Amino acid sequence: MNPAVLIASVYVFALAAFLGYQVISRVPPLLHTPLMSATNAISGISLIGSLVLAGAKGYPLPAHILGFVAVTTATVNVVGGFGITDRMLKMFRKKTDQKAAATKAVPQ
Amino acid sequence: MSLTSYFMEATYLVASILFILSLKMMSHPDTARRGMFLAEGGMFAAIVGTLIGAHIVTWTWIIAGLAVGSIIGAWMAVTVPMTAMPQRTALSHAFGALAAALVGVGEFLVNIAELGPVKRGALGFEIMLGALTTTGSLIAAAKLQGIIQGKPIQFRGQNLLNLSIAVVMAGCFFYFWFDPSATFVFYTMLGVAFVFGVLLVIPIGSADMPVVMSLLNSYAGLAAAATGFVLGNNVLIIAGTLDGFSGFILSVLMCKAMNRSITNVLFGGFGSAVGEATSNAGGIMREISLDDAAMQLAFANRVIFVPGYGLATAQAQHAVRELAELLEERGVGVKYAIHPVAGRMPGHMNVLLAEANVPYSALYEMEQINPEFSSTDVAVVIGANDVVNPDARDNPKSLIAGMPILEVDRAKSVIVLKRGQGRGFSGLENPLFFKSCTAMLYGDAKSSLSHLAQAVQHV
Repeated sequence: MNPAVLIASVYVFALAAFLGYQVISRVPPLLHTPLMSATNAISGISLIGSLVLAGAKGYPLPAHILGFVAVTTATVNVVGGFGITDRMLKMFRKKTDQKAAATKAVPQ
Repeated sequence: MSLTSYFMEATYLVASILFILSLKMMSHPDTARRGMFLAEGGMFAAIVGTLIGAHIVTWTWIIAGLAVGSIIGAWMAVTVPMTAMPQRTALSHAFGALAAALVGVGEFLVNIAELGPVKRGALGFEIMLGALTTTGSLIAAAKLQGIIQGKPIQFRGQNLLNLSIAVVMAGCFFYFWFDPSATFVFYTMLGVAFVFGVLLVIPIGSADMPVVMSLLNSYAGLAAAATGFVLGNNVLIIAGTLDGFSGFILSVLMCKAMNRSITNVLFGGFGSAVGEATSNAGGIMREISLDDAAMQLAFANRVIFVPGYGLATAQAQHAVRELAELLEERGVGVKYAIHPVAGRMPGHMNVLLAEANVPYSALYEMEQINPEFSSTDVAVVIGANDVVNPDARDNPKSLIAGMPILEVDRAKSVIVLKRGQGRGFSGLENPLFFKSCTAMLYGDAKSSLSHLAQAVQHV
């Protein structure tokens, strides 16, 4: 690897680590499950590496097949991860009128 | 660089910014959902950018993979029940790590001759972390799903075996690093890492799963970041590192909440110490009838519910919310106390209660709620045990000494909903159950709670 590129990569890594620490320590325990699910979906970005493997010019068939499996599992994470995170976050609500609606159904 | 390549790089930059923003918006439940839309947009942009800019010539495998993955992913997103969230998350760690490992193998097949020493090192890490996280997460998912037993699986010389396997794996790594043409060594490293993942997770008990889940989360992220180094791709480095650090922070928090070190969780085999009664607990557990319990609750001023993993297994989250609402109608102040390691993954109880429509303003963290127990009339413990064990605070000889607990024993009275008289997962006696202010209500938590609700209505 070209040393300049390597140094740039290390910079990116170190800054991302620092930023990650700052941002994620502010997430309240209330949202730790959605957080884990969300970061998982985000790291499904390895999908872009899998796409290249599955279809780029000059790659042999075994690479394409490995790429296909990787595209599949990464896509499961992206689609499933974002889907479930959204489903969870939708449920978190402050005191709402929906609660009042729910209690009205209870006979006195 | 061609125009399409510039476009691709631009989408990666946009994706990186949107990912960071989305995690920042995760700091509050009001903004979290909008944040996720940003992350989805970033992901979509990066995928489109790659398809346009990466000189794709063979579309069959890509379209097939995207289609199959989307179908499985969407099916999971819609059907997985909230109680199964820990298993689902463990599975997704496995999938993410497998994708990283496979991309690594592909890179070895195609580009190994062009990789310099630094990229070879990153490739080694990608393969090892990816492979061991894949099998480790599958074992964790199987334990959480109950396919294999939740108790630690231990045998003589286990740590020695693990150590030797780690040494073999490291040996392969260095050999490969010096001699990238050693195909056999490369695949041995991959295989050994798969085995290592299994061995790392089988000795860990279910109650320690919050830590394991967080660690596997971290490894999966770091595997993706290593992929970024190999491919020279910054958005992969950024997203992988964010994921890796998020998992790392969560593991540290979970360990703190149990007052144990990560080494102790990984190699301690906690939960196997059955019958080690160092506690001075003893005496009689007082049983209470449904009607008496309902009476106590109905005439209380303040009630705190303390949910544990038992709430999840009994799927009692809706039942507890119904009871709480009936009490609130009578003017009882109701709060929920959430221990950081209650359940099987970080934040597990919060999600279950949110699903049952409990407003998050009623959910309190340990530090916030502990001072309030002394002015609480009734604390209702639902399927929680170790997180309310006063021995952790009072008995320095206890196995869980020093673990921060929810101090329910300071409440005026305590009702413990429990399936039977048995001990908790850790096998420890809980002196809370023998205190004079504590009453036991045996039975399935869900049916006990709904019967309590009925009884409260008739008070």
